[in-house]
Amino acid sequence: MSEDLLRIDDLHVAFSTRRGMVEAVRGVTLTVKAGEMLGLVGESGSGKSVTGFATTRLLDAAGRVTGGKILFRGQDVTKLRGDDLRQLQGAAMSMIFQNPRAALNPIRAIGLQIADAILTHKRISKEAARAEALDLLRAVQIRDPEQRMNAYPHELSGGMCQRVMIAIAISCNPALLIADEPTTGLDVTTQKVVMDLLADIAAARGMATILITHDLGLAARYCRRIAVMERGRIVEEASPGKLFSAPQHAYTRRLVAASPTATSRIEDLVTEEERERYNAILDKPRPVLPHGTPPLLEVRKLAKRFDQGSAAVADFSMTMAGGESVGLVGESGSGKSTTSRMICRLIDPSEGDIVFDGQSIGHVASRDFHRSPLRKEIQMVFQDPNESLNPRFTAFDCIAHPLMRLDGMRTGEALRQRVEECAQRVGLPLDLLPRFPHQLSGGQKARVGIARAIACRPRLLVLDEPTAALDVSVQAVVLQLLDRLRRENDIALLFVSHDLNVVRMLCDRTIVLRNGGIVEQGESRALFDNPKTDYTRRLVEAIPHIETGPTLAAAL
Amino acid sequence: MKTGLGATIIRAGRRLLSSLPALFGVLVFTFLLMRVLPGDPAVFFASGPNAGKEEIEQIRKQMGLNKSVPEQLVFYLSDIGHGNLGRSMMTGQPVLKDLRERLPASLELTFTALLIALIAAVPLGVVAALRPGSIVDHSVRLFCALGVCVPTFVSGLLLIYVFYYLLGLSPDPTGRIDVFTSLPPQHTGFLSIDFLLAGDLEGWWAACKQLILPAVSMALFVIAPLARITRASMLVSLGSDFVRTARSVGLSWRKVVVTYALRNAILPVITIAGIVFSTMLGANVLVEKVFSWPGVASYALDALLSSDYAPVQGFVLLMASLFVLVNLVVDICYGIADPRVSIE
Repeated sequence: MSEDLLRIDDLHVAFSTRRGMVEAVRGVTLTVKAGEMLGLVGESGSGKSVTGFATTRLLDAAGRVTGGKILFRGQDVTKLRGDDLRQLQGAAMSMIFQNPRAALNPIRAIGLQIADAILTHKRISKEAARAEALDLLRAVQIRDPEQRMNAYPHELSGGMCQRVMIAIAISCNPALLIADEPTTGLDVTTQKVVMDLLADIAAARGMATILITHDLGLAARYCRRIAVMERGRIVEEASPGKLFSAPQHAYTRRLVAASPTATSRIEDLVTEEERERYNAILDKPRPVLPHGTPPLLEVRKLAKRFDQGSAAVADFSMTMAGGESVGLVGESGSGKSTTSRMICRLIDPSEGDIVFDGQSIGHVASRDFHRSPLRKEIQMVFQDPNESLNPRFTAFDCIAHPLMRLDGMRTGEALRQRVEECAQRVGLPLDLLPRFPHQLSGGQKARVGIARAIACRPRLLVLDEPTAALDVSVQAVVLQLLDRLRRENDIALLFVSHDLNVVRMLCDRTIVLRNGGIVEQGESRALFDNPKTDYTRRLVEAIPHIETGPTLAAAL
Repeated sequence: MKTGLGATIIRAGRRLLSSLPALFGVLVFTFLLMRVLPGDPAVFFASGPNAGKEEIEQIRKQMGLNKSVPEQLVFYLSDIGHGNLGRSMMTGQPVLKDLRERLPASLELTFTALLIALIAAVPLGVVAALRPGSIVDHSVRLFCALGVCVPTFVSGLLLIYVFYYLLGLSPDPTGRIDVFTSLPPQHTGFLSIDFLLAGDLEGWWAACKQLILPAVSMALFVIAPLARITRASMLVSLGSDFVRTARSVGLSWRKVVVTYALRNAILPVITIAGIVFSTMLGANVLVEKVFSWPGVASYALDALLSSDYAPVQGFVLLMASLFVLVNLVVDICYGIADPRVSIE
């Protein structure tokens, strides 16, 4: 027997779809030693999660292992049946999932869910299982564990739910833990706490861990060894240092370049060949605004109280000049989305005023603002490109809709030209215009969303986490696109995000929000390099940084 | 948790209060509708076709029909306020007494039918969802389609033909109990329960045998929606993340399917069961007629055909109140089954 805990040998997994069999994993080979933490990194569709599901035998009915072996302690997992399989699942290997809230049974108290897992593998009484569950809640550092035992998932935060999920996964001391995007969707600070906890527990209990993630920085922080997957294959496997300093495969190079770091600039996000077009724009000097130009946007003492009475946003003031980019950062619940929606006039502020280009718009009811001539000056790009496009509108209709509603254009040649011009500006191939959203990729949908927002040539674009749902390589392209649009057309950008690296690159100035109030604001680079408040420092430190050596700069 | 029961009671009370305007609307609407319908009760209840004008006028005066409609409405409402639903011209008894006698028969039939339907539909839906696209799934679908296609009176007659006429297994399909059995002391009005309380097993069996055919023919009709909704929500549930979690820790098949998938899948079934129950209550007139079941629906139909205002109005009010109650019970059940609901 080898010392490898897990050996995946030339694994092939295929899914039967309406268009026949689709191979999701084509020949993955990797090994995990006992107690080791391996990072499995790739973008969506690379087959990294499918590899994880195949290992724990959780592929859904349409998926099938079509070739290769998965040897766990020398035993082929793919051939296990019935009780043998159940003895493996949970007891010897277990899994943590993305979206912890959905991964827990919504109508069963969490204490019972943990006890369920324990009782499956140990012959002990219910009371003993309950006591063990309580110990596990303590181990994952949940406050007031006695009370939390009877809580339901909807009463807990996302980070708490993920801790409960970890408690379930480690309940029977498995030898192998597969964590599938365990912190995606959590705040950076929560992400750090959860990942630290996971790493500590794995180390303390000697569990081997496979960390499946799209975030190279996260993998680099916690793993000694990283395997990079692309389109069902492992293209490179190395230590983080080597991967970043001397990536061998072209795809790894692209991925490393696209991952934002503490020092990267927007123009760094792509490899050299793709950069030239962008440099031409960068070189153009920005028009200097004559002194005394009134600000484009001025927000005065804005506040929003919801029904419960507590203020979601309080005393928020800011100004923005034309063509400026401002970042709005903070954890979930900090009020950043509420603020951006008030500025967009999608919800009404409780107090304060918003002045756009010298006109007060804070008192126009959000219900009536669509009739205001300023509606087309302030446009929004929403978080999820999948959800924010009408599924029955083609890409053309999506972009044409604001032109018809706000610019009063009629169907015809002029409209077609405007739509095509918008599509070209966001780099959307014209032959994609007749397609429906489900026929477009995530990046293409994001472009449609941006094209729709810039169609009426707004002067202020409010972006609510526009790249949160995108792969890093797509994110890189979208960020460049936004920066280019800003420089070319002098559009001011208000960028709402929890991703500090992105804000640092894209925004001139940054405002840090916490519990609805401004904690700190200032010039982006200065603010991130020298945070003045503890809160900002915690945020900055929580970002998984990629240690870039001098060789990386040379390689690029 | 701490205010669970109290909060539920307050919520229930608030719901009942908020349904009062709707009930009032139902009252007024039915009242006006009855006045608009063709047919003159005075003519109908006069001694015979040769009754003179004076006699009809006399009856009309007796019944208060000579007053204007708004006046009649005010009298009617004040009677309702005093708990008086009026008197049936057909039976000569107060409507309240008639309804009280007949409602248990209808409720017993409907409850039994719903129970049979649920016992059949939930497992069918679960089995179909466990193997979508299999032969089992298709047979369940076929069975459901047949149940819906055949009207209840046809399936009722078919059942009578097979089990009474051909096989002779069931007693003759007339009423709740054959005439020779002595009735148990009345407690609930549900014969099957009253016989049990009286310890009369023979009588209980006789009552059950009378009950089973009409209940089954009603159940056949509603199995389809219940089974389909069970299958659909079970499919969603089985494909959900938390069932995957349950499988990932190796929980037994039973635990995964019953405790994790089915308990979540049953939530929409509760809602549909409430709607189905309300529909059955109103629609079981056909079954009651076929099996000569002495229920409220056939009573109301007879009253309607003979322009007997008071029983019809009483029946509609009763149905509306039951509908409110059923919805309330459904909501309370839902609140118990799903901890997320009771938060609001």
